[in-house]
Amino acid sequence: MNDKERNKIYNQYVEAKIPRTRPFPSLLNSFLVGGIICLLGQGINDLLLVIFPTMSEQSAWALTLVVLIFLASFLTGIGVYDKIGKFAGGGSIVPITGFSNSIASPAIEYKNEGIIFGMCVKMFSIAGPVIVCGVAGSMLVGLIYFIIGVL
Amino acid sequence: MRTIYLKNKPRIIGAYSIVGPKEGRGPFGKYFDYVMDHDKFGEKTFEKAERKMIEHAISHSIKKAGLKKEDIDLMLSGDLLNQIISSSYAARSFNFPYLGLFGACSTMAETMAVGSLLVDGCYLNNVVCSTSSHFSTAERQFRFPLELGNQRVPTSQWTATACGSCVISKSGNGPCVTAITFGRVIDFGVNDVNNMGAAMAPSAMDTLISHFEDTKRKPTDYDLIATGDLGKLGSEILIDLLEDKGLKLGPNYTDFGHVYFSRGEDTMCGASGCGVSASVFNSFVMRKLLNKEYKRVLFVPTGALMSTTASQQGESIPGVSHAIVVESGDEK
Repeated sequence: MNDKERNKIYNQYVEAKIPRTRPFPSLLNSFLVGGIICLLGQGINDLLLVIFPTMSEQSAWALTLVVLIFLASFLTGIGVYDKIGKFAGGGSIVPITGFSNSIASPAIEYKNEGIIFGMCVKMFSIAGPVIVCGVAGSMLVGLIYFIIGVL
Repeated sequence: MRTIYLKNKPRIIGAYSIVGPKEGRGPFGKYFDYVMDHDKFGEKTFEKAERKMIEHAISHSIKKAGLKKEDIDLMLSGDLLNQIISSSYAARSFNFPYLGLFGACSTMAETMAVGSLLVDGCYLNNVVCSTSSHFSTAERQFRFPLELGNQRVPTSQWTATACGSCVISKSGNGPCVTAITFGRVIDFGVNDVNNMGAAMAPSAMDTLISHFEDTKRKPTDYDLIATGDLGKLGSEILIDLLEDKGLKLGPNYTDFGHVYFSRGEDTMCGASGCGVSASVFNSFVMRKLLNKEYKRVLFVPTGALMSTTASQQGESIPGVSHAIVVESGDEK
């Protein structure tokens, strides 16, 4: 038996032995927390429109995002968001609060290495790929729209 | 023949362990010499804390051995951080000659083996061997920031905040190192950095098989056979692998990583890190050897020799395990 075959058999054996996560509880937790975050966002949005009747809907959306981002960063700073994340999984990663957490957490982690080369450099180490893929994806979609428009 | 027998039987005359609060709550809690109140150990950064743990453990192990710092001929140490800074920076505060060794989580056996050989060969009188790991320094180097809200996979392990140190000497009383089997680097093609137990188990198998073949001993000839940090999954894999090769490990086999933390600490497959085997050996195992409850122990710390760069480039994870035999020994 050569090494390649041996490794293949071994990896198959390991794969069969790995403990599995139970999907149902994880999905439920994720749904609950994700739903609560979205509900919170909608609540903030509605509240803003009630308090400031002259505000445009677009400004209210933008302000809602700012409030959510602030809340998530604050909870990251006092060490609560990682506990929520441990419970919720994708439920607290996918909303914008997860994005905020992914920027705030390395900022806290690397502040000992200095403001510029520590915090500023590392701040986007997790969120960076999301931004790059987002921008690149939008460009691609824009290009397709443009071509369809020309045709 | 890979096993080396030490004729002059170097003695382990002083051992000391220091751990973090979470580790102190575990089953070995009462055996550790010192449990820190906080992972930062009064320092500004976790890296400085890890360094201070090594300094603390080394100073106290020398004191426990009844020696003075001037008596130490060589310090052997290693850890998980890039350029083994915890060890090297700790060595800066001592006046000993220093050898930095890296064997990932197998480092405790590596430092003890090299130290024992140097003493056995009558080149040196007293050497101090140590290693450490720290959850927060390892986490940031190998994984994600601490405050990131992500979930751990069921095969992952929790890096222990722990450090152990021992003094090996030509004279004095204490358990003696009688044989060493150095490990080969073994890679069975496991790529998953969250499943280090599976990556390291084949190396433990290789070393154990060589050891038993060379020495013509059976697993039952030992009071304790302990691997370092294979964790729950890894140790089960090791038992399976050895059974395939016709070697049956009995109830005298344990994996320190598997039993290191209390249940309910959310550590998935258990503990990992150099500090696991270092702290348990230098507290629990040494105590049992000293009161002769254990007569002969086979200590096999296991190391995963990967780096983040190699893993990102698609490399699989090589493992290494060194085995050393420690016997309770008669009074000299």
